[in-house]
Amino acid sequence: MSILIGRETRLVVQGITGREGEFHSLAMQAYGTNIVAGMTPGKGGQTALEGTVPVFDTVAEAVAQTGANASCIFVPAGGAPDAVLEAVAAGLKTIFCITEGIPVLDMIPVVEEVRLAGARLIGPNCPGATSPGRAKVGIIPGSIHREGRVGVVSRSGTLTYEAVQAMTDAGLGQSTCIGIGGDPVIGTQFLDVLQLFREDPETEALVLIGEIGGAAEEEAAVWAAEHLADIPKVAFIAGRTAPEGKRMGHAGAIISGSAGTAASKVTALEAAGFHVAGSPTELPALLRSAGYRG
Amino acid sequence: MKIQEADAKSLLLAQGLPVPPWEVARTPTQARAAAVKFLGDPANATGKVVIKAQVLVGGRGKAGGVKLAASADEAEDVAAQILALEIKGLPVRRVLVGPAAEIVKEYYLSVLLDRSTKRLMFIGSAEGGVEIEQVARENPEAIVYEHVDPLLGLPDYAARELAFKIGFGPHWKAGAAIAKGLLKTMLANDADLVEINPLAVIREHGAQGTPVERLVCLDAKITLDDSALARHPGHEALRDLDAEDPADVEARRFDLTFIKLDGDIGCMVNGAGLAMTTMDLVKRAGGEPANFLDIGGGAKSDRVAAAMRLILEDPNVKAILVNIFGGITRGDEVARGLIEARAQQERDVPMVVRIVGTNAEEAGALLEAARFETAATLDEAAAKAVAAARGTAA
Repeated sequence: MSILIGRETRLVVQGITGREGEFHSLAMQAYGTNIVAGMTPGKGGQTALEGTVPVFDTVAEAVAQTGANASCIFVPAGGAPDAVLEAVAAGLKTIFCITEGIPVLDMIPVVEEVRLAGARLIGPNCPGATSPGRAKVGIIPGSIHREGRVGVVSRSGTLTYEAVQAMTDAGLGQSTCIGIGGDPVIGTQFLDVLQLFREDPETEALVLIGEIGGAAEEEAAVWAAEHLADIPKVAFIAGRTAPEGKRMGHAGAIISGSAGTAASKVTALEAAGFHVAGSPTELPALLRSAGYRG
Repeated sequence: MKIQEADAKSLLLAQGLPVPPWEVARTPTQARAAAVKFLGDPANATGKVVIKAQVLVGGRGKAGGVKLAASADEAEDVAAQILALEIKGLPVRRVLVGPAAEIVKEYYLSVLLDRSTKRLMFIGSAEGGVEIEQVARENPEAIVYEHVDPLLGLPDYAARELAFKIGFGPHWKAGAAIAKGLLKTMLANDADLVEINPLAVIREHGAQGTPVERLVCLDAKITLDDSALARHPGHEALRDLDAEDPADVEARRFDLTFIKLDGDIGCMVNGAGLAMTTMDLVKRAGGEPANFLDIGGGAKSDRVAAAMRLILEDPNVKAILVNIFGGITRGDEVARGLIEARAQQERDVPMVVRIVGTNAEEAGALLEAARFETAATLDEAAAKAVAAARGTAA
């Protein structure tokens, strides 16, 4: 099994006819993801991805016609919050928003609507998720994965690829890899993903990749200490050398005063039983020494 | 993006908040003219003006950037002194001149993003005028928190509740109205933070010289959401270029995220998390990063060349580490950009390149033909860059 996505995923891509949307949809399809519909207002009735996928004007129509059960959003920042609301209104419960650069005040009411609808939003400003051998949603290169039983959750994009590649090279496959996004307000936090992994019988070890800013790593650590005591778990935190008060690329990666430092996160994770790596390339060996035999 | 006090006050005033009058002066003569106006104001209870340096750093007062003056002559002198200052490396180009307030009581009130709850939150305290972090450490019970409803905002009852909890006494109505006004300012401007410290009860002369007390925003700090600047065309003019490195401006032009640091190893990376990690590994290998630089996703050779120029503009840079994990970004595009940039660069700085992922093989062939030093892993690349900066072999 996997979490969030899998063979049962029937994906609608919002913004499928855009440059990014089309490029990544083709890659998702090539990986084996079942893309059942595309959505671009005004292009209903056309087809996308070399004629293989019908395009609809609205998400509701796409869901009604194709039975889509998850969405991936490649809509520019100005329209992305609305795209999430449309997916929620169409009754979708799993929504990935890849879009970067959405003003934070736009996301606050949107994540509330998602919560009230009992849906799950991953992102925004995230690379998506891959369940190796089953499906990938988003922009993570499919080639870095290997099927297996390690759950990976990260706030980053390319840093995740780095860590996953290192694991794959070391023969450690993954159950699901999820990038939750680098913005200050995101739909799904580390804690939410850890809870999902705990319920997944095929996930037997965990990799958490965090970075400076906020307190989501600390909050996840407190929960993990109690509920994930018996599972091998490793972590890496980026930004040990980041200066205070500067946004390090990600809108959410900022140390404010003494809050959000790498040291605080490393301390919290270690106290919760995570083995914290000094470099992402050390994660596979560390996972072995944490007792993972997979 | 942080903005100066005077600009923050303008944004507050535009939303109808009570802010005492002020003028901005760029010269001692302008400061004098402003002082004449406020010294002659019958409402001014202290008979003095305050002159405040407009720089984006904390501790202006301690650095001599905030002073009082009792006459136009003195105001001109004081303004001349402050305008000659450099505070924590930043030149003072403007001063704010206003009536010196007779402060009766100081409060603290701010609205900011609470990331854990994904909501906006007010922080208030009857212990204003000092840093709120200090109050949080020494007297946490003196701080009041109130979340803003993500769909309803701050209804009147919640604003009143907040005002009563903070303890504005007879000024509770004004306190509640100010709370609502701060939220309005935040939403109207896409701010991340609106902070008033102090929010003060001041005493002024009313008609016939009778004392009148009112609650006003004496200082103001606003941070704007960088992601929303495009929809507020006026905000770009509020950018304080002195508070930025000149390289920042150049970086924005090419869609690069660049932050200058103090070390000597220039870094060029795709992706923010990986860029931070690269810096961390340089440090771990015994070196010091000269910058954070994220070339973003899908960078083409011209963006790579611009990134290289930015790194080389820093005279401290003794070696460059390029670390690319190709996903959307194609390794061969980056390699071509590097080759082009090196052909144009005037300064010969050793470079260590690591490119993996999409089109890494093509990149490797290009780099080998151009005799670049390459590395297979991130840790190896960091070690080689540190050795190169020291002029030794890894």
